[in-house]
Amino acid sequence: MAVKTMIQTIRDTLEEEMRRDESIIVLGEDVGLAGGVFGATKGLQREFGELRVMDTPLAESVIVGAAIGASLNGLKPIPEIQFADFIHPAFDQIVSEAARFRYRSNGAWNVPMVIRVPWGGGIHGALYHSQSVEAFFAHVPGLKVVTPSDPYDAAGLLRSAIDDPDPVMYLEHKKAYRLVRGEVPDGERFTVPIGRAEVKRPGRDVSVFAYGLMLYYSLQAAEVLSSEGVEVEVVDVRTLQPLDRETILESVAKTGKALIVHEDNLTCGFGAEIAATLVSDGFDSLDAPVRRLCGLDVPAVPYASALEDSFLPDMQKITEEIRSLAAY
Amino acid sequence: MKVRTEKKEQLLDFYRQMMLIRRFEEKAAQLYTQAYIGGYCHLNVGEEATVVGALSALGPDDYVVSNYREHGHALTLGSDPGAVMAELLGKETGVSRGRGGSMHLFDPEHRLYGGYGIVGGQIPLAVGMAMAVQYRGQDRVVMCLFGEGATNIGAFHESLNMAKVYRLPVLFLCVNNQYAMGSTPNEASAVPEMVTKALAYDMPAEQVDGMDLLEVRDATLRNVEQIRETGEPRFLEAITYRFRGHSMADAGRYRTQEELRRWQERDPINTFVRYLEDEGVLTQELREQIDASVEEEVERATQFAMDSPAPDVADLYKYVYAEDGQQ
Repeated sequence: MAVKTMIQTIRDTLEEEMRRDESIIVLGEDVGLAGGVFGATKGLQREFGELRVMDTPLAESVIVGAAIGASLNGLKPIPEIQFADFIHPAFDQIVSEAARFRYRSNGAWNVPMVIRVPWGGGIHGALYHSQSVEAFFAHVPGLKVVTPSDPYDAAGLLRSAIDDPDPVMYLEHKKAYRLVRGEVPDGERFTVPIGRAEVKRPGRDVSVFAYGLMLYYSLQAAEVLSSEGVEVEVVDVRTLQPLDRETILESVAKTGKALIVHEDNLTCGFGAEIAATLVSDGFDSLDAPVRRLCGLDVPAVPYASALEDSFLPDMQKITEEIRSLAAY
Repeated sequence: MKVRTEKKEQLLDFYRQMMLIRRFEEKAAQLYTQAYIGGYCHLNVGEEATVVGALSALGPDDYVVSNYREHGHALTLGSDPGAVMAELLGKETGVSRGRGGSMHLFDPEHRLYGGYGIVGGQIPLAVGMAMAVQYRGQDRVVMCLFGEGATNIGAFHESLNMAKVYRLPVLFLCVNNQYAMGSTPNEASAVPEMVTKALAYDMPAEQVDGMDLLEVRDATLRNVEQIRETGEPRFLEAITYRFRGHSMADAGRYRTQEELRRWQERDPINTFVRYLEDEGVLTQELREQIDASVEEEVERATQFAMDSPAPDVADLYKYVYAEDGQQ
């Protein structure tokens, strides 16, 4: 069992999957020779050639549109959007075309494509290199949206996304790439099912629902609070569409209190869906108002450290919020 | 006049196909005004020579990716007129089982990979299909149809660029019917001729008279053959004209009756009939026979559509994901 970073795990999984399945192609800006801005495709072009690892023009609409077209003609494309912030020119292709193919064709045609999207803040990327985009896409039936928080899930969810016959948005948190390390079994093609959340740390007092980098911080906060006698249950939501409402409701049935953490801004963020689920279907379990700790409602993550730190939830803020909720 | 290699039967079949589109579209217009067809409905009336001339030039394995003005494309590719009409009426027996309607016909069995309602949204898809053709070593050309208005969209430029960079077997067929809803190229495009845009991507590009079936067919045959030989993309601009509005909801106040009349004098069906008569291929008697059989086919299609059941509401959630349906 090797201990790996997120980024190394993603790269290795891509390589293994491409060895296993010749229909997989990777395309995106600088994914070939350069191996991607974050190194997720490092060395893949050397091994698999230019037809399978394609450096594309700077043109997100046709990167995703061509991936859809290629998937319609028998391939399994994995386009990379260099930064989540750049995905909006492709929004039309993802939402208007990819998400609707199976539906419009009555199941005759499907789009088995995995769009890899590095997302998130905390890296001083500022206005165009820090955003969260999950809520835009989780809103769209026909798409699946997953975001792993540790290397094991990164490998398992990537394989499940590749196996999935429908389009999957695979969101990779940029700060987690090298910050989060974990054990990944060698030589075994394990998968993590899409549509299942996971309790990463059981507890009885407060439930915390998070994903991406915020899951990592939530686990740290739970550790701190444990020494104060507050036992926090940390649930990794990890697949947003489809959402595992059952695991979320079960957790709150146990704890009676819920905190949702995400770095996307609060209003109409994904936390609203979790909160609505708890209020609609878990009302009788609740002993306290559902709380959300989220990015601030400003147009983008700002640059200066003081501003960015203020924008984003972190371990300290999560700890304080849980402490206050536990005392409610 | 060039020596034709088509047999007499094939020429007569082209006439039949153009007539089928014309009568089918007239029927669709009638059913729209009677509220049997809802939403939006874009007709190929006036563009029959471009539709039949271009699509008849494709090989049996070639792909067609179209736009929202695609009833004629489906008919020419061999979709059952009844299933197309049923789709227009939103019936379970429609080519998309009532999920798509007029703009979103879909019939992979007949190689029609969609009508699309986002102008230019289909162009990147055609590039991707060609990418897979290249990767899988298939002997296939992808024909991508769009109007001249779509050449102002970013995705068009991204697609031409990528197709050229990767040298992909796509025939970009710009159906220039001179109006993007109510805007002319002079008003909305920096260049009046769409071939200029393709030339900017170093792509072989030519214009053809879209009102002349044989001209369109020859140009398409030539371009498709070149694409098969070289594997590289090409661009063809068919200059044509729609006799009806952009959609059934468009009264066409942006153009004069005089202009419309001038173009109707060049009605592609009449032009082709004159050719066939001059060649001695079409007699008055034969023409009446064909016209009658087309009328009957459209009538049958309409009846089939009218008699078909609406989709079952219980199936509304079907085919959102694989686990909801098949595969």
